[in-house]
Amino acid sequence: MSKPLRILIAKPGLDGHDRGAKVVSRALRDAGMEVIYLGLRQTPEMIVEAALQEDVDGVGLSILSGAHMTLVPRVLKGLREAGLEHVKVFVGGVIPDEDVPVLREMGVAGIFGPGTSTHTIVEFIRQQLAGS
Amino acid sequence: MELVTRALAGNRYALARLISLIENDGPDAHAALQAVYPHTGRAHIVGITGAPGTGKSTLVNELAKHWRSRQITVGIVAVDPTSPFSGGALLGDRVRMHDLAGDPGVFIRSMATRGSLGGLARATGDVVKVLDAAGFAVVLVETVGAGQAEVDIARAAHTVVLVEAPGLGDEVQALKAGLLEIADVLVVNKADRPGAAQTALALEMAVGRYAANPGERTEGLWQPPILQTVALNGTGVAEVLEAIERHRLYLQTTGLWAERERARVRAELLNVLQQEALRHILTRIGEQHLHRLIERIVARELDPCSAAYSLLSELLHERGLK
Ligand SMILES: Nc1nc2c(ncn2[C@@H]2O[C@H](COP(=O)(O)OP(=O)(O)O)[C@@H](O)[C@H]2O)c(=O)[nH]1
Ligand SMILES: [Mg+2]
Repeated sequence: MSKPLRILIAKPGLDGHDRGAKVVSRALRDAGMEVIYLGLRQTPEMIVEAALQEDVDGVGLSILSGAHMTLVPRVLKGLREAGLEHVKVFVGGVIPDEDVPVLREMGVAGIFGPGTSTHTIVEFIRQQLAGS
Repeated sequence: MELVTRALAGNRYALARLISLIENDGPDAHAALQAVYPHTGRAHIVGITGAPGTGKSTLVNELAKHWRSRQITVGIVAVDPTSPFSGGALLGDRVRMHDLAGDPGVFIRSMATRGSLGGLARATGDVVKVLDAAGFAVVLVETVGAGQAEVDIARAAHTVVLVEAPGLGDEVQALKAGLLEIADVLVVNKADRPGAAQTALALEMAVGRYAANPGERTEGLWQPPILQTVALNGTGVAEVLEAIERHRLYLQTTGLWAERERARVRAELLNVLQQEALRHILTRIGEQHLHRLIERIVARELDPCSAAYSLLSELLHERGLK
């Protein structure tokens, strides 16, 4: 029996819109994954703690506030410190082109700009987590 | 088993991995449970059940905060349904439990039902055992009270809290699921909304139907209290906690704690026996033989009952089948 992939979806930072995060969560569920939805206004520490307790394969961060260059490194560092370096991190939201290579260099597995279809996101996550 | 040793010694990631191992029912799951079992039996297991949206997760968050203020550690298992279409699940209970973040005395785990008959109760019960063995003094199990599987889980708890809310339909939701009979504490949440008093009254009347027959001795018996709360701001939650604690004392002083334990163990043992016996029988019969039998039943040469009986008697007499 193959176990379903477990994905944590969270919105770090202070912006108050989680429509996109919810749409992606539903798409992942409909693709057969178990989605742990954490909701709005999460600190990186809260996200790392939830990823650990839920033993997830991946973490999806939805960031619209523009604070990705401070929030994402803190999540990545927290995951490493918690012994969760194998957990893949995906970022969705408004990410300027020049930040994309920097985030990738830090270890982000996938970056999805506004308008990326849920189909693309699902397929990408599936591919990245094949074998998890 | 090293993973069990580390989990029980307080390593939280080991605990999370151990829960996954047991939930996925992997090859080492049985050995892990064997190692865990001697350390179980200390936690007060509290089921929180009721229809979706009644405020169970919000109440769990508030109850856990109360226990934590008394230095009592809390493990939480939040169960949500697996989609029968995709096999995926959206587990959203943690959204209401942000207050508990960062507290090492709390461990929250979301679980999908994964849709196997009877498997839900088993896997959830086993995850509860892991949290119990890891030393959490209270283990809260949140389930959607919707069917037999949930009733089974609720039954596995020492204390069952049934959550209702006004305005979710004219009828008291629990009546349909048959949960009322197993509820030890009844909560009408969202008491800030109109209709809470009516819901409480409807519950009171419904509970009356299950009360002892007239003339029967009722003193000393547990009467499920009906309490109103506003989980959103914590109003009335202290009273719910008191009722849960009173129920624990009641079980312990009357000897019902041990009796419930025996009933639970019995149900669990029979459940495993049933599943394993069926698996054993099916392996012995073989797919081909089963298929041939089905064809004969479809052709009305045999009826299902006679087919099953003759199969069983053949198996019990160790005769060849093919
Ligand atoms: N008005 C009101 N809303 C509440 C109360 N408790 C919970 N809610 C809201 O009811 C909704 C469902 O709550 P949740 O705890 O997720 O319910 P669950 O599905 O039973 O776990 C959320 O929007 C809560 O904020 C309450 O006491 N009063
Ligand atoms: Mg809930």
